[in-house]
Amino acid sequence: MSKRILTTIFLLLVSSLFHPGIAHAASEVATDTGITSWMLTSTALVLLMVPGLAMFYGGLVRTKNVIGTMMHSFAAMVIIGVIWPLVGYALSFGPGVFGGFIGWDNKYFMLQGIDESIMPTHIPEYVFAMFQGKFAIITPALIAGAFAERVNFKGYAVFIALWSIFVYSPICHWVWATDGFLFNLGAAGAIDFAGGTVVHISSGITALVAALYLGKRRGYPNNVMQPNNLVMTLIGAGLLWVGWFGFNAGSAIASNLATARALTVTQVAAAAGAFTWMIIEIFQHGKATSLGVASGILAGLVAITPAAGVVQPSGAFALGALAAVFCYSAILIKNKLGYDDSLDAFGVHGVGGIVGALALVFFIRPSWMAEAAAKVGGMWTVWQQLGVQATAVGVTVFYAGFVSFILLFLVEKTIGLRINENDEMSGLDHSMHGEHGYGLINLN
Amino acid sequence: MKLITAIIQPDRLDHVREALIQADITRITVSRVTGHGRQEDIEIYRGQKIAPNLIPKIRIDIAVNNEFVDITVDTIIQSASHGAGEIGDGKIFITPLEECVRIRTRERGGKAI
Repeated sequence: MSKRILTTIFLLLVSSLFHPGIAHAASEVATDTGITSWMLTSTALVLLMVPGLAMFYGGLVRTKNVIGTMMHSFAAMVIIGVIWPLVGYALSFGPGVFGGFIGWDNKYFMLQGIDESIMPTHIPEYVFAMFQGKFAIITPALIAGAFAERVNFKGYAVFIALWSIFVYSPICHWVWATDGFLFNLGAAGAIDFAGGTVVHISSGITALVAALYLGKRRGYPNNVMQPNNLVMTLIGAGLLWVGWFGFNAGSAIASNLATARALTVTQVAAAAGAFTWMIIEIFQHGKATSLGVASGILAGLVAITPAAGVVQPSGAFALGALAAVFCYSAILIKNKLGYDDSLDAFGVHGVGGIVGALALVFFIRPSWMAEAAAKVGGMWTVWQQLGVQATAVGVTVFYAGFVSFILLFLVEKTIGLRINENDEMSGLDHSMHGEHGYGLINLN
Repeated sequence: MKLITAIIQPDRLDHVREALIQADITRITVSRVTGHGRQEDIEIYRGQKIAPNLIPKIRIDIAVNNEFVDITVDTIIQSASHGAGEIGDGKIFITPLEECVRIRTRERGGKAI
């Protein structure tokens, strides 16, 4: 008995040495079932966006490439699904190393150190790691739209693996890790609520570089390249819209007022984007197209992504409409310039992301600005925040563009990325996978 | 008048169409067909190799006046073959054409083509 008391006293002494002034039990954070439930739901919703993207892109290509194009999204689920728990989470959310260039923590390798970990946001760290993993999956899959119908599957697989490690993880660390330099820029950091820079600008810029580097498809733009299945594209756009509620409202890592705000502005911006695109088409062509509506939905959703935590519904309406106008113009300009960003990965995600990340400063709710001003102990203006946003956008554009070019060059010269003309003309389904999407009769 | 029917590989359709347009043969009908040939096409479904007995092909039908037969056939031969020629590149059938009617104007014969 006395031995036990002695042991207890000894343990108390030791623990008080390590935690001066705080009782050990108080530092343990309890799981909040409400927040955890919503974050689990959000994690599943964001994963649902990947088959949604597969359907969106898959419907837009020619019949002979439908499987190859959908496999680009599914391959991201498979490949990043392996890389993220292995090293991706450690590289993105570990404490900064190499002067904050990237994160690393041995205990995050294979997620082995977070088995018992509950985060200060009252959710198990596993949930946060998996939620973030879905973002890492969908981001490289977005790029595939730029070089649809003409890349080698093996080269693509290696490219997205390298891209995830050398482009996504560093940018994610700078913007979202608590010690990232963009997270701490200015008064209250660069505003990127759910991935305007990390997801959409990084993938959009990479898409542009890839489209320019790999060149156009054979026959583009003289031969008509009709979408094989707009029905599937519309279902995909619908799934993306639904999944985006997890993407944005989940990024609050909470289940409260902030979540409700994010969900509301996401809905408003998506509808405003689609509405604006539809009106533009009706005035320009006299007809509203289904692909136009789907593109408008995406433009609005992309633009609200960085802003979902700071703008009110009026701002969401404006951002959705602005994104539709800018993305629509970007696609017109692309057609004039003649480069082959086949499914407009840059035109929608790159342009929409940049519009959202910059224009959001004009619609920030006053309470956020007041808090930012209080943090710097004085004034904080919209223009100062615009400078912070422009820095984050500029850093992302430059870094993603530059490193992606190197990766594209390396993969093209070693494994090969652009396929030869015969394989391109028989289609990715046959030449890359030995399959057909729709059976024999519907080949084109 | 002749009816030229060409059976070609689907991946050469764009090449053939472009070449025919370059040669001023612009009135063509294209169908997706399947058929038997000497070519074997091994496909993989869930790891099992299956050799389908029907292979997808493209059928092009072109009705021409006699003086255009040679240029049409030569153009198709050149643009439809893979390199120096492979098994499966296809065939061209030339059949006599008895009559041709343009529905809009009721014209008949060579000028209706």
